[in-house]
Amino acid sequence: MTIANVLLVDDEVPFVETMTKRLNKRDLQVSAAFSGAEALEKLGKERNVEVVILDVKMPGMDGIETLREIKRRHPLVEVVMLTGHATVETAIEGMKLGAFDYLMKPCDMDILISKVGGAAARRREQETKIVEARIKEITMRRA
Amino acid sequence: MTQKDGSTHGYYRSLTRNIVILVIVVSITPMILVSGLLLYQFQNSYREKIYAHLGEVVQKHKQKIDGFLKERLDDIRFLTRTFTFEELSQESFLQDRLFTLQEEFGPVFVDLGVVNERGIQMAYSGPFKLGRALYSDAEWFKKAMTREYFISDVFLGLRGLPHFIIAVRENWKGQSWIFRATIDFVAFNTLVENIRIGQTGFAFIVNKDGEFQTRSLLDVAACKDIYLDLLSEGKAGENKMRIVERSDSTGKLNILVADFLKDNDWLLVYQQDSADAFADLGKALRWAILINLVGGLAILTMAFVLSRRIVKRIAEADQEKNKMDEQIVETGKLASIGELAAGIAHEINNPVAIMVEEAAWIGDLLEEEEFKESGNLDEFKRALKQIRTQGKRCKDITYKLLSFARKTDPREQDVQLNELIEELIALSAQRAKYGNITFKTDFQETLPTVMVSQSEMQQVFLNLINNSVDAMEKRGGVIEIKTRLEANEVVIEVKDNGPGIAKANLGRIFDPFFTTKPVGKGTGLGLSICYGIIKKYEGEIEVHSVPEVETTFRVKIPLSKDRTDLTSA
Repeated sequence: MTIANVLLVDDEVPFVETMTKRLNKRDLQVSAAFSGAEALEKLGKERNVEVVILDVKMPGMDGIETLREIKRRHPLVEVVMLTGHATVETAIEGMKLGAFDYLMKPCDMDILISKVGGAAARRREQETKIVEARIKEITMRRA
Repeated sequence: MTQKDGSTHGYYRSLTRNIVILVIVVSITPMILVSGLLLYQFQNSYREKIYAHLGEVVQKHKQKIDGFLKERLDDIRFLTRTFTFEELSQESFLQDRLFTLQEEFGPVFVDLGVVNERGIQMAYSGPFKLGRALYSDAEWFKKAMTREYFISDVFLGLRGLPHFIIAVRENWKGQSWIFRATIDFVAFNTLVENIRIGQTGFAFIVNKDGEFQTRSLLDVAACKDIYLDLLSEGKAGENKMRIVERSDSTGKLNILVADFLKDNDWLLVYQQDSADAFADLGKALRWAILINLVGGLAILTMAFVLSRRIVKRIAEADQEKNKMDEQIVETGKLASIGELAAGIAHEINNPVAIMVEEAAWIGDLLEEEEFKESGNLDEFKRALKQIRTQGKRCKDITYKLLSFARKTDPREQDVQLNELIEELIALSAQRAKYGNITFKTDFQETLPTVMVSQSEMQQVFLNLINNSVDAMEKRGGVIEIKTRLEANEVVIEVKDNGPGIAKANLGRIFDPFFTTKPVGKGTGLGLSICYGIIKKYEGEIEVHSVPEVETTFRVKIPLSKDRTDLTSA
């Protein structure tokens, strides 16, 4: 089993490509999207995405907007924000909207892996809880 | 540029001139109008008053003189009525009468005489030996024979002294005879001479030919023509008092008051030098002129001084405004440069991130088996590490650029000033290193946080540090920063051993746009912004400088209210 199933969203294509390769090498299942809209589309198709790594500054639909939409449509998907420069305000806003964490670009791979891992773990934990709740519900119904 | 200076110079000069002219016209015109009007009115009424006064004096004396003449005439007529020709012809009787008259009226009557119709004096009583004198050719005798009584003009007569005669004609046994009395010239003169007003005012009597009937005290020959004029006017016109002002042949202006006496035979003239008569008026006029002159002079001086001062102020203000305009443009320029820098920093960030990422990917790939044997593996790793290090350096630079170009964040929060200053020192370290400047810190470890805006505090202390670095850039030195808690205030001292601040500038360094840096280098805003920020937190910022030794900026920021309560509790 991979550490996490990740969707990497950034408008900088070379960055996404290199990042994808590097993350793949570290036992992460990575798919890429180059805009907010594409990310939402992919999330709609690939239901097994656990963590989204989302760049804040993108043309068109920006990171914050995309985050809001992701959380609305797929509340269980965890999001790690990636910012070009650490502005406290952006980070705070992201957290309020339900982001798991934020990272500064260029970022240390180990930190990234650990944060993504954390996000995936939480996601799985949530899922497990939901599954358990369902089973409980079903067994109760039988009873 | 010189042409521009010349034109502005001309502009200020014409401005000065306009203000001067305006002030002078506005202040002097009413002054002259009012004083002129008052003076004119005063002169008129004063003249009327003088005229009335003189008229009254002359009127009174005319009545007095007329009365005198009539009384003397009545005395003589009484004698002729009471006594007969025969009685009066006796010299001893006549002597008695003269004696009685002199006893009664004083030495007014000089002598008495009885003259028959052929002009022979039949009897005489008096001091002169005039018995049997023949008057048939005398002017007065001829006139006296034609009327009932007659008062002569003053003449010298047989005795060779000025006198005049009162003669009364009577009939006795079909023959006319004349009783005559000589009136003492001196006694009569006093009647007129007593009229003396001022220094030049005097009176006299002239007859119809312009001959003087009394002594005139002053030389009045120069005015003779005027008297003749007055006489002829009197004859032509009505018999009433006239007051005129004429200049005599020497050009002096005189007031003349004339009235006829003795049935229009004589003219009583009062004459006074106008300047003397209107002495008070002249005095008032002189004062008015003096006051006007002094006032005018004061206005002139004031107009010049005031307008100079005003224009100087205006020029200074203009200059300041120009300077400020320049500096505002400069500030605007700086702001846009800051924005540009922020934009560039942001754009550079992404490619740098990609480069670092790619290098890291190569690093990942080198871990693969196939490269393990490569002889240059270590060299590859070293190069990649270098790329990563330099990428991080780029990141740091852009990070700093961005965080300072960012709009200031005015939100107040708990700020640990020690940390904040430490960060700022790190920022300035590079520049300081080039200038051979070292930082020394002495922080109180337990310094409480203060409730301020982080970015504003950064601004304040970065400005202070930058100023010190700027000041010592050429010679190097030490910047010492101390923090401590002092009675509910956090005190931060930034001390350098640079060239210091000139005493003359010490009072102005917090003024906006005051700078000693060359044009284009400093905006003169740094310290004034610091001042504004510190004042906003009810703190204090002060400076102590000993030129060539050291300069200390001391900033005091009070702890927020609740914290103050805590520490004091």
